[in-house]
Formats: sequence, C-alpha cells, structure tokens
Amino acid sequence: MSELRDLYQEVILDHNKYPHNFGELDGADRHADGFNPLCGDKLAIYVNLDGDIITDVSFLGSGCAISKASASLMTDAVKGKTLTETRSLFDQFLTLVTDADARVDDAVLGKLAVFAGVCDYPTRVKCASLAWHTLRAAVDDRHEVVSTE
Amino acid sequence: MDTADAATAAGLSFDVDRIRQDFPILTRMIREHRLVYLDNAATTQKPKPVLDTLSRYYSTGNANIHRGVHMLSEEATAAYSQARVQLQRLLNARDAREIVFTRNSTESINLVAQSYGRRHLGPGDEVLITHMEHHSNIVPWQLLCEQVGARIQVAPIDDSGTLQLDELERLIGPRTRLVSVVHLSNSLGTINPVKQIVEIAHARGVPVLIDGSQAVYHMPVDVQTIDCDFYALTGHKLYGPTGIGVLYGREALLDQMPPYQGGGDMIRSVTFEKTTYADLPHKFEAGTPHIAGAIGLGAAADYLMAIGFDGIGTHEADLLAYGTAALSDVKGLRLIGTAANKASILAFVMKGAHPHDIGTIVDTEGVAIRTGHHCTQPVMDRFGVPATARASVAMYNTRDEIDALVRALERVREMFPV
Repeated sequence: MSELRDLYQEVILDHNKYPHNFGELDGADRHADGFNPLCGDKLAIYVNLDGDIITDVSFLGSGCAISKASASLMTDAVKGKTLTETRSLFDQFLTLVTDADARVDDAVLGKLAVFAGVCDYPTRVKCASLAWHTLRAAVDDRHEVVSTE
Repeated sequence: MDTADAATAAGLSFDVDRIRQDFPILTRMIREHRLVYLDNAATTQKPKPVLDTLSRYYSTGNANIHRGVHMLSEEATAAYSQARVQLQRLLNARDAREIVFTRNSTESINLVAQSYGRRHLGPGDEVLITHMEHHSNIVPWQLLCEQVGARIQVAPIDDSGTLQLDELERLIGPRTRLVSVVHLSNSLGTINPVKQIVEIAHARGVPVLIDGSQAVYHMPVDVQTIDCDFYALTGHKLYGPTGIGVLYGREALLDQMPPYQGGGDMIRSVTFEKTTYADLPHKFEAGTPHIAGAIGLGAAADYLMAIGFDGIGTHEADLLAYGTAALSDVKGLRLIGTAANKASILAFVMKGAHPHDIGTIVDTEGVAIRTGHHCTQPVMDRFGVPATARASVAMYNTRDEIDALVRALERVREMFPV
C-alpha cells in the first residue's frame, strides 16, 4: 500500500473527487480535444487569453483518477501564467512523470510535484500527460484531436 | 506431453495443482506477491510441453520446409504437417487440408474477407455480425465493404450481453452473403449458440464464419457438429505461441477461393505469364510460415486434448460461479456481461474507481487483470461505460486466486471509498 500511496497521493485523490475548473468555458478563445485510445479517455480543454496571459482555463471529460487530477491541478497551475511560462511548465511536467532521475525545479512545479510517483508506472504516464498535451494543442492553436498514441 | 499424458493414462481426474506444475511462469513473484494471472482472455501462459517443443525444434530440428532434400528439412516438413493434423483433431475437421495456418484470428478473418468476400460480395450485399464482436471481426468487414460497396448489419444484444437470436434471424435477408459471429465474447463472456446460428443461416443459404479465439481453450469445438463454414482461432490463447493462428475452412469453399497473398510455397508453377497455385492448404500459406509456432501450437492442442475438456469445463465453470458470487459482494461493483450461458470472463466496473486505477492497484498485489475497452468499443458504448476491468480465468486458476483478486479489490475500495 505504501508504494501505491506514492502514486495516489491525497492531493490527487482529492482533485479526482472534487476537480477544480471543471466545465466548459463559453466562447473560449482556444479549445482542444484530447483522446487516449488505450483506455478511451476523452478530455477537452478551454482557454481564455488576454494577450499572452491565460486568464481562465477549464476542462471537461472523464477518465481515471490520475488523468482527472492532472487536468484539475494543471488548470490551477497555469491560470495567470503567460503562454511561454505554460510551455516551459509543460516541459517540466513531462520530465517529472517520465524521468525518475531528472532534476526538476520543485519551486516551479509547486503542487504538480505530487505526480512524481507516476514515472514508476510507465503505463500511466499517458494518463497524467493527456491534459497537458491537450492544453499545449489549445495554446498552440492546433485543432486536430490530440492522441496519446 | 509427459505430464498430462501420464495424468490421463493414470485415469486421474482434473487436478489443478498438477496442471499448475506444467506452467513455470505461475511461480513468478510480482511486486513481492505470487503472480495471480487473471488476464487469460488477452493471452494464456504456456505449459512445459509447448516450451519444450519450441526449444527442441530450434535446438535440434530447425530447417525450412517443403524444399530441402536434406534430413533436417524432411523432419521439419513432417513436424509442420503433423501440427496440421493435431489442429485438425482438436477441431474435428474432416481433412487436414481444411486447416490453414495464419498469424492469428485477425489474419484468418481478413483472409476470408479478402478472398471469399471480394469474390462473393458486391454493391448492396450485406455481412451480418453481432454487437459483441471484437474489432477483429468488425474492421476486416468494413474494409471489404468499402472495397465492394457492401454494408454491415449488426445483430443486437440485450442488457445481459446475450445475443438476440430472433433479431439475428430477422436480419438475414436476401442480400446477406455471410454471417460472422464470435463464439465466446472476450469482453462479456457470452457463449453464442453457434450451431443454431449456422442452422438459421444455412436455411437461407448463407455461410457462417465463427470467431473462436476465446472459445477453443475453454470448450470442445467440433466444426462438423457446428457445421460452420469457417472457424478462426489464434494460437497464443490456446496455450500456444504468439504469431500462429488457424483458419478452418470447408474444403469445397476453400477450393474455390482465390489466394489471399502471393509468394513462395503457395504455387505449383510460375512463369511471368501465368502462375498455377498449389493445392490446399498451401494455396493460402504464402512464404515461409511460422514453422516453430505451428509445431508449438500442435503440442498445445495435444496437451489440451490429453487433459480433456470435461475436466477443464467443470473446473472453469466452478471458478466462474465462485468468482461471480465473490465479486458481487464487493461494494459498488457491477458485473458487465451476465448472460446465462457464459464462460471465463468476469468483467466489471466499480463506483468511484476508474478501471485503469483498479488495474494499477490490483497489480501492486500481484494480480494481473485487463482494463480498457478490450477491442470491443461497441460493447462499451452499449453498456454506457468507457472501459471495464476484466478478470478472465483459465484451467490453471484456483479459488484462492479469485480470493486474492477480491482482497486486491478491497484495496481499491479503501483508496476510492463509496
């Protein structure tokens, strides 16, 4: 159970149960859909911008605890950030969940550091990263459905 | 074959402990727990007779078949031909020529779709399948339909996952050219009444393909009794190697069908102007086949026949009943697939816990199950779930292992309380 708690940290379980920024943003400036063909999870990300700054962001979709909590914590983390900062956070997050030996800046990642346990479960990396890939597509204004495959 | 043969010769009844000794992998430790392998519908583990046959072939008998005049090649050719006879016996086909070696069930179905289908289907014609088909019995027909302008009809299932036979019968119309149905559903466990389906279809002059991927390792299959026209199976679910499968086809049909792939081994003579094809079954086996795989699969078929499906069926039915009762007691768990006639499959969802989380948590207890849509997305849509968790039993599983699954699901409940 203890190693499992490294993956399913309380923060993750909380965000799974009570996700933040859950719902559609009417008339959002940017929007992208994500899909994980492996498990069938679907996710939509909505973004409002003021110039280069993300003023609001939300998500809709169903998925496992890891993917839902990841989307929830991500929306909290990028709200108020610039697009450049968001892209940099995207890179840091991917490093966090894929490379156990990588050095990541906890100060930059903040609460997102709770996903460090994911790298011990390679099959679950896509669950944690789907929201981020979808956000990246929204931010880059790409309109094809993002697939984790 | 020593262990199972000995058991049969001694007149012993089905002995799961003894069978487990034939499967070396079952002693493996996973995350400090003894492996509890309940993902048999994805692939089964391999018994020693199969492993030994593969090792012996590559160690002492490896050669290409049908061409060398040297001794090794003659031996390999004989062993490959013998494997065909072993599969003929397993399915009780009339003739070994009706056994075509393929890569897997998927290739067997594609072979029928492209060879039989392209010759016999045209614009407006129909292929009838069911709502519980694996993608491998959907997509090959979609490809064919795009090519020839035909269309797919789908026979519905009810809330228990049982095929609605009267609807299937109603859907067989004047344009139906083929019925293709799964024998045992991989995501629901439903056993379809294939003999009855064949009778219904044949009464209208329509041939039937049965996808037997999941059925062949749980129950005796007699293609003459079922009277089907094609029967597809894959070796790796039959306790055999990956990369080898079988298409059984009625000789009269196979004879008329054009080759599926061209190349070596499937020809009688070749000039740049004209090629004449080899006789059955070689016409459908272009190129060097998976020789070791076929021989290994032959050993698996012998192993199963020696143990006998009476004992296997009784043991697995007990596990299914025990597992159904045990899982039903888990709080917030709902079984998906509750047909009266089913085998092996315990698919379920749990309130508040996504199947992927269930899969990860039970894995930390050493329990291997499958999670996802199981290549049956229409079934998931039918039951309104994105995915399920699926435990599937085979002959070497025990009640203790079902208990281990239930204990692991209690961990899930602790993590995701309802």
